[in-house]
Amino acid sequence: MPLTICGYDAAKGTVSFAFHEVGKTTKELGSMSPGDFIENVTGPLGNPSEIKRYGKVLCVGGSVMIAPALLQVKAMREAGNHVTTVIGARSKEFLMMEDEARELSNELYIATDDGSKGYKGLDFLHGLLKKEHFDRCVALGPVVMMKTVSEMTKPFGIPTTVTLTPIMIDGMGMCGVCRVTVGGKMLFGCVDGPEFDGHQVDFDQLIQRQRMLLPEERLSSLLWEMGGCQCGRKQA
Amino acid sequence: MAESKPKPKLKKEAVPIPKQDPKVRAKNFNEVALGYTEEQALEEASRCLQCVKPQCVTGCPVEVPIPEFIRLIRERKYAEAIAKIKTKNSLPAVCGRVCPQEEQCQAKCVVGKIGEPVSIGRLERFVADWEREHGFAIPEQAPPTGKKVAIVGAGPAGLTAAADLAKLGHKVVMFEALHVAGGVLVYGIPEFRLPKVIVQNEVDYIQKLGVELRLGYLVGRTNTIPELLKNGFDAVFIGSGAGLPQFLGIPGENLGGIYSANEFLIRVNLMKAYAFPDYDTPIRVGKHVVVIGGGNVAMDCARSALRLGAQVCLLYRRSREELPARKEEIENAEEEGIICKFLAAPTCFIGDEKGWVKAMECVQMELGPPDESGRRRPQPIKGSEFTMETDTVIIAIGRTPNPIIQRTTEGLAVSKWGTIITDENGKTSLEGVYAGGDIVTGEATVISAMGAGKRAAKAIHEYLMSKT
Repeated sequence: MPLTICGYDAAKGTVSFAFHEVGKTTKELGSMSPGDFIENVTGPLGNPSEIKRYGKVLCVGGSVMIAPALLQVKAMREAGNHVTTVIGARSKEFLMMEDEARELSNELYIATDDGSKGYKGLDFLHGLLKKEHFDRCVALGPVVMMKTVSEMTKPFGIPTTVTLTPIMIDGMGMCGVCRVTVGGKMLFGCVDGPEFDGHQVDFDQLIQRQRMLLPEERLSSLLWEMGGCQCGRKQA
Repeated sequence: MAESKPKPKLKKEAVPIPKQDPKVRAKNFNEVALGYTEEQALEEASRCLQCVKPQCVTGCPVEVPIPEFIRLIRERKYAEAIAKIKTKNSLPAVCGRVCPQEEQCQAKCVVGKIGEPVSIGRLERFVADWEREHGFAIPEQAPPTGKKVAIVGAGPAGLTAAADLAKLGHKVVMFEALHVAGGVLVYGIPEFRLPKVIVQNEVDYIQKLGVELRLGYLVGRTNTIPELLKNGFDAVFIGSGAGLPQFLGIPGENLGGIYSANEFLIRVNLMKAYAFPDYDTPIRVGKHVVVIGGGNVAMDCARSALRLGAQVCLLYRRSREELPARKEEIENAEEEGIICKFLAAPTCFIGDEKGWVKAMECVQMELGPPDESGRRRPQPIKGSEFTMETDTVIIAIGRTPNPIIQRTTEGLAVSKWGTIITDENGKTSLEGVYAGGDIVTGEATVISAMGAGKRAAKAIHEYLMSKT
């Protein structure tokens, strides 16, 4: 299961992750207590983020990916950029790290799908893009959100980086499950990514591939919920 | 019971190896070949002529002293026989099962000129299995040299280099990216051909030699090779293999139900997807599976899919004569009910409304003049297009080197194919850095990777001892 690193403490030797409990493995992770351990964690995998002094940067973080998005906001600020941050979620209950986002960013906008907090949907972005000039956009979040953001920035010619976490098994180039079409070429999310040019990614194909094993994922998740103690079961 | 001379009358036929019945084994993942009994091994060993100038040894990439170990089997000195093999080969239980002996040692066997060659591989397997049942003997090791070597990748090349260097007294740390050691032996070759427990035993043996194993450690990402050299390692051996799957590059390849051989085998083999949902990794195998390719990996995929309950067709663009898979594996596959379709290749995949593959368009091929590999080049026959219904496709047309190390090691010379450039002993363009196996040659065999690991270990030893 690929998880995006959203924080680290080199002195303590720790990394942190944020995840939603959506499937069996994330539910199992969520059921763990401090001091528990996971048999195997490998990483960091993939290429490091491209952090440079671009000028004005728009950073859009959605859902649980707000956490790693803020890591980028921090790095972009440290590199001398002016950063406008947008954080969004399904509804206000799912919105996370608002205070941190406000503290880290030069400007902050909030959006929810149902309008329960901030703007309703991402349509407001269009006005923002018309009003202000941005040199760079980074988007981290659900595939549909990254697709929308990429489509909005394209007419303005703002180079847009998206972070893709397609289904992968090993995360180091072996399985080829994470293949994505970028600019008509087949690339691997793990060794060529995770960051890609949002204007070149075939998002519809990616969405379709993300749903490939949905029935199996649902079955696994249901069994986990019904089963209680799952001692002796192997990690995915 | 010791025999000093071969029997005067030679049996032309080799003692067959007992196998699971095809009908039964097509439904399970247990090992197909069951191995010789002691009596069978003794009978087969008696067929060896004990040549003074043994040709078989010249066919072995790691020069196992074949006549000597077979003589020890005849004398029922099994512990000595396995010790003799292990002077040259640290993974005999693996090699006895998956080496293409028919192209190597057995191809050179003199008995083969008048009948079937001596079944060297089966005898190797017999003594390796004997040792597993009777407990390992740890060979004598050289006193510690104080030198430290990093091995990148715990596959056939890395395991061999690690064992040899440990025996020579060096401190060896083996870094493996996956959560288990063995490389292609565990993620690639299926249980029914090479049980995981056999590989684990060989890994245990190598750890008993003092090799430290670090799992979940991806060199190039967790730490780079320059970092390892800076952090106390005197030399590095790269045996990272050819892991990156190749695709066909035709339309529709990203539809659901189309797997790379690696994806399919990793899910089924390593992650035990055949036992989903008891194990978490799922695999969806439909009713009509098509495997594209003709190598051993294609056979492994086809036979695994069959065991998951599918009807399996293997599609190969050349003819039967050119099939690169081992003959024994092709026979096994056909016995189990795999249908082989030759001289045809896919041109595009067609999906259903949910984005799942439902058919593939193919074209008939004919063989033209030989290409650079010496095999006749397949050419499409105009107007011969046809459609095949399928719901699962496995693409097994080869693997290319994993690029992570090359991209993260400055100054490492790499070929245009992405392989690491070395001399014949595995020395790369960087001082103290050696490489061997598929990462140097491109996809090849377990034993050739082991041979490379062996030569590199020798070169690394010489390099370390020349440096004071």
